[in-house]
Amino acid sequence: MTAVYKHRLFWPIVSLVTLIAINAIARPQFIKITMRDGELYGPLISILRESAPLMLVALGMTIVIATRGIDLSVGATMAVSGAVALTIIDGSGDPGNLGTVLVACIVAVLVSLVLGAWNGFLVSVVGIQPIIATLVLMLAGRGVALLITGGFITTVNSEPFAFIASGYLLALPFAFLIGVVAIVAMSLVERRTALGVLTEAVGINPEASRLAGVRSRSIIWGAYMVSGVLAGVAGLIYASNIRAADANAAGVFIELYAILAVVLGGTSLNGGKFSIAGTVVGVLIIQTLESSILFLGVSSAQSPVFFGFVVALVVVVQSPRMREGLASLSGRLRSRGADARNDAARNDDKVEVA
Amino acid sequence: MKKRFLTSMAFAGVAAFALTACSSDGDGGSADASGDTGGGGGDTIVVGFAQTGSESGWRSANTESMKTAFSEENGFELIFNAADNDTAAQIEAVRGFISQGVDAIVIAPIVEDGWDDVLQEAADANIPVILEDRTVSASDDLYAAWIGLDFEEEGVKAGEWAAEMYGGEATKMVVLEGTTGSAPANDRATGFDSAIEGTMIEKIDSQTGDFTRDGGKSVMEGFIQNYGVDNIDLVYAHNDDMALGAIEAIKAAGAVPGEDIKIISIDAVHDGMQALVDGEINYIVECNPLLGDLVAAAVTAVVNGDSVEPVQYVEDLAFDQAAAEAALPDRKY
Repeated sequence: MTAVYKHRLFWPIVSLVTLIAINAIARPQFIKITMRDGELYGPLISILRESAPLMLVALGMTIVIATRGIDLSVGATMAVSGAVALTIIDGSGDPGNLGTVLVACIVAVLVSLVLGAWNGFLVSVVGIQPIIATLVLMLAGRGVALLITGGFITTVNSEPFAFIASGYLLALPFAFLIGVVAIVAMSLVERRTALGVLTEAVGINPEASRLAGVRSRSIIWGAYMVSGVLAGVAGLIYASNIRAADANAAGVFIELYAILAVVLGGTSLNGGKFSIAGTVVGVLIIQTLESSILFLGVSSAQSPVFFGFVVALVVVVQSPRMREGLASLSGRLRSRGADARNDAARNDDKVEVA
Repeated sequence: MKKRFLTSMAFAGVAAFALTACSSDGDGGSADASGDTGGGGGDTIVVGFAQTGSESGWRSANTESMKTAFSEENGFELIFNAADNDTAAQIEAVRGFISQGVDAIVIAPIVEDGWDDVLQEAADANIPVILEDRTVSASDDLYAAWIGLDFEEEGVKAGEWAAEMYGGEATKMVVLEGTTGSAPANDRATGFDSAIEGTMIEKIDSQTGDFTRDGGKSVMEGFIQNYGVDNIDLVYAHNDDMALGAIEAIKAAGAVPGEDIKIISIDAVHDGMQALVDGEINYIVECNPLLGDLVAAAVTAVVNGDSVEPVQYVEDLAFDQAAAEAALPDRKY
């Protein structure tokens, strides 16, 4: 029992389950999942589907933050990616062609890779502070996207492209499956190879890890490229969802939500140790919270306050001080031995709250 | 690290100011205006125009309209400045116009407050100021005229049509609001609500979709899950983009937009009009960005010392499906 309680994902998961429970009590159809034409439907399925863009962006952000960096340009990269893909599809004269759509998506992701590489170059080679380096693209990228679409919202009617966000595969939303693939790929690469450990080493002490023979420059550069690519795919999902490239609205504030998801998942903004599973739970908490606002009928004017209040609550519950307080409270009720164990837990993993 | 996050929050806050505005129409007025200005053959009038930026399709069309109206053929020299939604930069631009000694200044203010000093400077320099689209909180004797849109009237028009078409039977309506606290969102809600008062249309829910397609789609999905697709009869969207998002959500739920769930919206941008022609939207009240000719007429009058109407609302057109089909080929935006 103590082992479960001590696990660093304990509190994030408790928060998520609590949120779902509150919704289910308020309106039981929240947890109802129905099968229609071999496809699953229901509020929980929608949460999985709609969380895809944030999931991808937050995964990239996790790796960047692990290297002690931050990537503010992800929203702008999403806008550019969507603009590139839709401009190609729109200009092709045959929007329904699967080949055209594939080419458009590949080009869009390659452009995103270049944007990520640019960020990585500024941070790892030129040595600019990550927040400033990525700020350049955050501010300029949306303008680039607007230039590509000519200042208008490009709309396309393309079934293969719409499939990315609205399609189903194996009874599950295709967008969600893209997210799952990204999670699995990321976990395998980071956890089954040495890359994850090296990334953490770079994040904890770049200079020491360089002296120890870790190629920190390539690792940092690579992290921003991964973040760029994932943001590019997220941009495609966003554009596909509305069948349009909305350069002004695509991915607005997503960088902040991604940072929030990473932090909720227990990864410290100081870099170093990171948790992919934690980020996944963090993203689901945010997406469930967004659905709750709609589902519980919180009025528009109050919803930011509601959102902020719940996030603050979750963050406070997860904070080391609060856990320490809870632990010593329960410790006093029990024996002294329990107290010592909780002390150890406190030192284990600190969640930094930015 | 804490500082980093706060900094990014601050930047995001600034970025959030990109509000979409909308206006409603002046087709009738524009014809008069081009007549007036085209007739003059005297000195060139130098006009400085401080635009908010280029945040939306509506804004681009507005800028285009102003540039056309203030062309050299019409006897103007236009000095154009787009402030990128930076209030300080816009005020600096206006100061620049004053020191260049232009004949008149046109401003589309980004925010309402903070204009008193610079407008006083313009008045001291005897340069008339005309506001377009949005307004300012400064005293109204500091500017000659305001030309813009009556958002509340747009809401009333949409509401009156809804009342006439659906008011006679029990109708459950959901609303996709614009950005919370923005003038178009507030006024369009007020106007609509007043027009449907006493009818059998019942507003069962209302949420903000932030004027975006994505917002409209996800909020509509939420409504459908919450109430069931059969228990929603009517959607009122504060702009076309949210209505277009809602169409996607309704289709995904297996219902037919425009048939099973009726949609009323405001703006009349090209994609919205196309959806109206396709029968997916039932009614659109226009929000016309083509204010240029009306503003040019006001500038000419002020510079020539004639009196102008201090507040000019541009009248809104409204389209049902037949009207949209007729109008679509000639639309400029």
